[in-house]
Amino acid sequence: MSAIGDAITWINDPLNWTNPDGILVRLREHLLISAAAVGLACVVAWPLGLWMGHVGRGGGVAVTLANITRAIPVVALLTIFPLTFIGFGYPAIVIALAIFAIPPLLATAYLGIREVDPEVREAATGMGLSGRQLLGKIELPLAVPYLASGFRTAAVQVLATATLAAFVNGGGLGMIISRGFGLGRVAGAGQILVGGFLVAVLCLLAEGVLALAERAVTPRALRMRAKMSEAAASITP
Amino acid sequence: MAFQVWAASAGTDSDPRNPWFSWSYIHENMDSLLNALREHIVLTVAAVIVAALIALPLAVLAHRRQRLAGTLLTTSGILYSIPSLALYAFIAPYLGLTYTTVLIGLVLYALLIVLRAGLTGLQQVPADVREVARGMGYSPIGMLWKVELPLALPSIFTGLRIATVSTVALVTVGDIVGIGGFGSLLLAGFRNNFYKPQIMTATLACVGLAFVLDGLLVLAARLAMPWTRKARRA
Repeated sequence: MSAIGDAITWINDPLNWTNPDGILVRLREHLLISAAAVGLACVVAWPLGLWMGHVGRGGGVAVTLANITRAIPVVALLTIFPLTFIGFGYPAIVIALAIFAIPPLLATAYLGIREVDPEVREAATGMGLSGRQLLGKIELPLAVPYLASGFRTAAVQVLATATLAAFVNGGGLGMIISRGFGLGRVAGAGQILVGGFLVAVLCLLAEGVLALAERAVTPRALRMRAKMSEAAASITP
Repeated sequence: MAFQVWAASAGTDSDPRNPWFSWSYIHENMDSLLNALREHIVLTVAAVIVAALIALPLAVLAHRRQRLAGTLLTTSGILYSIPSLALYAFIAPYLGLTYTTVLIGLVLYALLIVLRAGLTGLQQVPADVREVARGMGYSPIGMLWKVELPLALPSIFTGLRIATVSTVALVTVGDIVGIGGFGSLLLAGFRNNFYKPQIMTATLACVGLAFVLDGLLVLAARLAMPWTRKARRA
């Protein structure tokens, strides 16, 4: 039978959905791990990035961090962290994934504040706003489209890399793929294809939904500008 | 459940028989380290070269036709959000556990990075520069070779550097089909009773390789663009 035929058979077996290691359980794991990782990364990166943007320092740090994390394989941190004091379990996986989500969040938070028109900032200071008020009432609202763009990048990336947790038996939808390969690539072909399909659909869905959300929080006049700076940021070394 | 079984066998952090780093491990396993290094380099270099050979002509083509550029960028954005493991899941059932499978995945991701960088570089060429070149009588092809591509080179090299470093890290995922360079080594260490020296050595080698290849590209960029050196000195 063809691989696609096998895949259709596999996905139509209700047991493959409701088993203790079935699709539903794996999907739930995947979403929980990803949400925790993105949440953790936001808690770390956003305050830091906004502050760095506010005082106008540390832009180089964001770029350096992005360059260093690009060179570190996700698989390496996924295998190293469980063997440290963090121990085996979800925390090790969540922290590993969060580390890779920090650079885009940090860079966009910093950029969002830096892109605020200096004249607007000057006018706000002239009106007597304190540094904290300037950040909270002027800079932060204007940076929201950038924060949303960074959030989308980080969230989709985490959902994608969470599949790699399967390499260390850490749960998530990747497990369906790795178990499939475990059966052998002919016997497991159907399961492998279904796993890949589910992961791809999940990521594309997240990308689409978050792109809509990003659009919704971006004022119309800023849409073009945000798009251009995103394109420029995505190729910065 | 699986976690508990592992935790029991993982031992403590300070087990002297399982240190994070050991020279004797490196000494005794030089052969497997060198094999992993060769596999890692071959996959990375092949992937980036093939990606560049496909992406750069595509970038030139897209630069000429704005509508194609939009389509290509949207498609590449969508492709880029598909996880590597899912990509291998789509390819492996047909092409098997082979170098071709791994290479296709690596090429696709690198291609998207180089394509974006190339297109950005070409679009950043100032309109008046193009105007002057046309006034001097350059044909479209001549302008591409002598004016536009040289001006886009910094962006192209940036793209190649990012693609290379990302590819080095991505090769590790190839372990799912059994061909993952240092990734296979570090995962084998993990599965073999959490053998820390092997995991750490493979990780450091992988990161080191990324920086070495990145450095070589920086050198190549300086050789290819002598004018940027002069500009810096002035």
